[in-house]
Amino acid sequence: MRPDEPLIRWDWIGRNRSMILELLVDNIVMGLLPVLFGLLLALPIGLACSRWRVLYQPASGLLNVVYALPSLALFIVLIPVTGLAERATVIIPLTCYALAVLVPAVVDGLRSVPDHVRQAAEAMGFTPLRRLVQVELPIAVPVVLAGMRVATVSGISLVSVGALIGRGGLGGLFVTGWQLRFPTPIIVGVVLVVLLAVTADGLLVLAGRLLTPWARARREAGEAA
Amino acid sequence: MSWLADFFGDPANWAGPYGIPVRLAEHAGFCALALGLAALVAVPLGLLAGHTGRGVHLVTFTANAARALPTLGLLVLVMLLAGVGTLPVLVPLVALAVPPILVNTCEGVRGVDPDLLDAAYGMGLRGHQVLLRVRTPVALPLILLGLRLAAIQVVATATVAAYVGLGGLGRFIIDGLATRDYPQTLGGATLVVLLALAVQAAFTGVERVAVSKGVSRRVRGG
Repeated sequence: MRPDEPLIRWDWIGRNRSMILELLVDNIVMGLLPVLFGLLLALPIGLACSRWRVLYQPASGLLNVVYALPSLALFIVLIPVTGLAERATVIIPLTCYALAVLVPAVVDGLRSVPDHVRQAAEAMGFTPLRRLVQVELPIAVPVVLAGMRVATVSGISLVSVGALIGRGGLGGLFVTGWQLRFPTPIIVGVVLVVLLAVTADGLLVLAGRLLTPWARARREAGEAA
Repeated sequence: MSWLADFFGDPANWAGPYGIPVRLAEHAGFCALALGLAALVAVPLGLLAGHTGRGVHLVTFTANAARALPTLGLLVLVMLLAGVGTLPVLVPLVALAVPPILVNTCEGVRGVDPDLLDAAYGMGLRGHQVLLRVRTPVALPLILLGLRLAAIQVVATATVAAYVGLGGLGRFIIDGLATRDYPQTLGGATLVVLLALAVQAAFTGVERVAVSKGVSRRVRGG
């Protein structure tokens, strides 16, 4: 980097708008799909773990190991199976990380349902399935959502490591910037990744408010009192 | 599996300045330094915020935003602006390690049973004594959990340091990837996983020794 080089060259951003946009979309897809898949898998696994307690210890041990795997290593192990620079090569490992965060969240969420609430539902004649869908899962929402926020934010920023195997969404800008010794793309990438993560996080908080209207009623009552 | 045998069976991979022991030591060195620095910043801040209840929202918000910082981007940016070296590599790793330590410490200290605090104040302990003698020991399992999560993330992520030309176990992964030398890449990845698992086991051991018996029984009972 030459000393007279400006930190950001705005004209570069203007000229590469469509490329940046493409990478942004790629980053959104590869960052959010793993959380979605992770949630779809974590719900049944978490349900099984909270119903049969013996399952939880080995499952959480296994997930702890998964969490310890470096993302780059997982990408590399998958290359022969899913191919270099493919979305799936990045999405599959990120789904595993999302699972490692979401399964404990689902289990803790279901454990947070008070016993008397469960008994009340039973006394009102709810079938186990209806009790699960209409009572237990809604009460578990805040805890599960806290897990989803962590999984989403770290997922969106982890995507960029995929750039080292040729498919990293905005991470591609880091590789470009490093190879050209040119800070503009790197700064653009970092800023966009953080903005994307913060936006997704905000949307999840909003979704949580909409999904738990009773919490708002309680908050307002608390303020009035 | 034969790839792993190729990598670990080759005596050339074990000797010299680019051998496995040297790379392992480099990797562990970065990580220990980054974790130490992060703990030095995050543990006191978390204790303070949790104890006084002030700035808890700020702590959660900062930690969440810091989680969004892409390590690779931060790494190449710092390297480009400050030059290649060991100190710059610590910046993104510390940024990675601070959020879990900070959040868990803060939540741990805040979550201590209020009855316990009442009892402590009732016995005549002052604020800082309550923090150090009651809140910290009770919150220790959560503080250690935060340190463990941070350590594992740092160990796994320090591999990207090799991308900008630094040492550590990432060298095997990045060099192997560049030269299409699969056994080397896979071998390096295996070493990182083993190191991460060793760190995890070490923390479990520390937790057994460091957490007061009364606290761990309470946690199990509750």
